[in-house]
Amino acid sequence: MAWTDLIVLIMVVLVLIGAGAALFLKNLLAAAVATALVSLGVSVFFVILRAPDVALTEAAVGAGLSGLLLALAAKRLGLWRIEIQQDSEDAGDSSC
Amino acid sequence: MSEFALLTLLIGALGLIALGIGGLVLSRNLFRIVLALSLAEAGANLLLVLVGFRRDAVAPIIESGQALTAIMVDPIPQAMVLTAIVIGVGVQALALSLAIRAYAAYGTLDMSVMRRRMEADIDAAAGAQPATSLHAPAGGRPLPPISAPRLAHDKGAQA
Repeated sequence: MAWTDLIVLIMVVLVLIGAGAALFLKNLLAAAVATALVSLGVSVFFVILRAPDVALTEAAVGAGLSGLLLALAAKRLGLWRIEIQQDSEDAGDSSC
Repeated sequence: MSEFALLTLLIGALGLIALGIGGLVLSRNLFRIVLALSLAEAGANLLLVLVGFRRDAVAPIIESGQALTAIMVDPIPQAMVLTAIVIGVGVQALALSLAIRAYAAYGTLDMSVMRRRMEADIDAAAGAQPATSLHAPAGGRPLPPISAPRLAHDKGAQA
């Protein structure tokens, strides 16, 4: 089944790019969204690996609930700010 | 599922674990450490399900009237991973709440700044001088953290 190979290849590349984005994005809210998207991609792998129940849980809990948790915590931590291009002292606060 | 797809999935799982552990160790922002922990956890879950996979097998779900002779993938790692996902969200919630409390206490998420302020707090509580460089001249070196004033203060507080 060549289409499975193609889907797996594309999704692995996308998930690894998403993981890199979660680690290297300056905006921490965007990094949290990238983490939720990685969870969503992993749930696709679970479907391909014949584990539909795990995929269901991962999509609902790993992507949905965990993303909500991260977003609310980011709001509490004051990370919901639009970063204008300036080199102020709080740029070091969001560095990797 | 060909050999190529399984190998690609293995690379993906190991890459997720490597990126997660690397971010866990190397990042200074507390929020990003939580994100890296979540990434490593997703990679470990994927690796576990991948170990239980069997070629040309069906999902381990028995429908009514189905013959039980069909080859199934191993359901045990799947059940364990199902538990691990939920536990992972619990761990993440705990870590985020600790990060929120630490941010409220120290006003920063940067681990190096937070550690400096925490050590200053401990020094102040112990009655020691604020930490200076270890290479300062003999009079200006930081005192050892154990000190008599703190014990006396604790006894005074209890009495």
